[in-house]
Amino acid sequence: MIQCTGIEKSYTDKKVLSGISFDIPDGQIFGLLGPSGAGKTTLIKILTGQLEFEEGSAMILQKNVRRLSGEDKKKIGIMMDQFGVYERLSCYDNLKVFADIYGTPKEKIMETLKLVGLEDSAKKPASALSKGMRVRLQLARVFMVSPEIIFLDEPTTGLDPMTMKQIHKIILDKKKHGCTIFLTTHNMEEAAKLCDTVALLNEGVIVDSGAPDEICRRFNHQKRIVLHLNTGEDMELPHSKESAEKISKLLEEERVETIHSSEPTLETVFLELTGRKLEEE
Amino acid sequence: MNNILIMIRKQMKDTFKNKAVLIQLILLPVVSFILERVIRPEGVPELMYTKMFAAMYMAMAPLTAMSAIIAEEKEKNTLRVLMMSNVKPGQYLTGIGAYVWIISMIGSVLFAVSFPAADMPFFFLVMGVGFLISIVIGAVIGITAKNQMSAGSVGAMAMIILSFIPMFAMFNEGIGAVARFLYTQQTRFLLDAMSFAEIKWDGAVILAANAILAVVMFFVAFRKKGLE
Ligand SMILES: Nc1ncnc2c1ncn2[C@@H]1O[C@H](COP(=O)(O)OP(=O)(O)O)[C@@H](O)[C@H]1O
Ligand SMILES: [Mg+2]
Repeated sequence: MIQCTGIEKSYTDKKVLSGISFDIPDGQIFGLLGPSGAGKTTLIKILTGQLEFEEGSAMILQKNVRRLSGEDKKKIGIMMDQFGVYERLSCYDNLKVFADIYGTPKEKIMETLKLVGLEDSAKKPASALSKGMRVRLQLARVFMVSPEIIFLDEPTTGLDPMTMKQIHKIILDKKKHGCTIFLTTHNMEEAAKLCDTVALLNEGVIVDSGAPDEICRRFNHQKRIVLHLNTGEDMELPHSKESAEKISKLLEEERVETIHSSEPTLETVFLELTGRKLEEE
Repeated sequence: MNNILIMIRKQMKDTFKNKAVLIQLILLPVVSFILERVIRPEGVPELMYTKMFAAMYMAMAPLTAMSAIIAEEKEKNTLRVLMMSNVKPGQYLTGIGAYVWIISMIGSVLFAVSFPAADMPFFFLVMGVGFLISIVIGAVIGITAKNQMSAGSVGAMAMIILSFIPMFAMFNEGIGAVARFLYTQQTRFLLDAMSFAEIKWDGAVILAANAILAVVMFFVAFRKKGLE
């Protein structure tokens, strides 16, 4: 459904994407995970036909992204942080503009405002919305079409945990309805929780990709076990015969509170691959 | 619904909430309405204020409204969303232009009520044609401006040239010789004459040349910058 091979993109003389290839099957949530400036937005612009690129090919809906028709665009929902809303118009009227353009029935507007939890703000001008509400309005606009593919550029960056949860719920709900979702984030917990597949993007290069837990397992070369003892101590042991004996002894003595494996997270994998953190503090 | 109509409707909803544009559209008509009735000093010919302000309004209101709307949509990135939703640039510009034209015509009703009923068709015709040229120039400014700020200052400059030069031409023959080639001066002549019989061929040629020049500038600007 979304497919690209060997994409290269430069701005003037600065290379921002290089050798980007992946293949996202229908109905999946795909997460592009990378720090700020990695090239995530640039890739979304390319995949949605908003930006030219030098090399490679990109296809969505079995079509070259350079030749998307008006009908194709109706099947694609895009939310980018750079997309604006009409500040002086109410939430309802903001959506009405796009409902009219797409020929979507009026009833769908209130329905969608309910879906994103903005039904009480329907008459408020967009300028009076909080950041989280504004993101939800932008998300609602995506649903004024019934998209088959949804692109979300950092849908939860800078949002409080409550709003983030609501947005995750909406995204998972759309997946249930058969949408393919492409999202970017620099939040590894979000990627691990939501995505079927993630690709780790650093300085325009995909350094690894796969299912989140599979990536983490692959990078589990430390193979260590952490024990929480009832004395409050932590004990870290390698995978070995001696450790097994030690653990069994500690268990017999009823000194163990909890046992953890210390699998890496996407964050530590990213750090190991690139020497960089996903989120600057 | 047609995308052009959707753009007009969206803009109509915005009008009463957008004070900056609203003031542009009603200030001069209201001021002239009041001046004409309340404080016209002794010796000032009847309808002089109305004609003077109507001629200024022709250059000011549609030009600034058009450029401000386009520049704002570019800066706030709402235009980008419209284009992604498959509204064609031509549909967008036609819609916004039609809206500004309609609103300007409504604004000129306040001028028109000062004239005898028989003069109204002529008055509206002249205003309607002048608005069209101003709208195209406003579109050029909106398209080429980097942001709202620069659209505002370039718009103000164009407005001053187009509306004040004809005014100074009343007092200075040298300026008058130049002003003659502006559509705002020609429409001013027409408003003074207020008669179909007074339409002269050289005036008509200058008006047409202004219109053609504006349209050419529009296409050059559009081909170079598009609506990005
Ligand atoms: N229009 C542009 N002109 C020049 N450089 C750009 C432009 N847009 C983005 N870049 C650069 O390309 C790189 C990737 O940007 P972007 O795709 O926005 O990253 P991300 O979305 O991952 O934060 C950055 O180094 C950025 O400075
Ligand atoms: Mg970005």
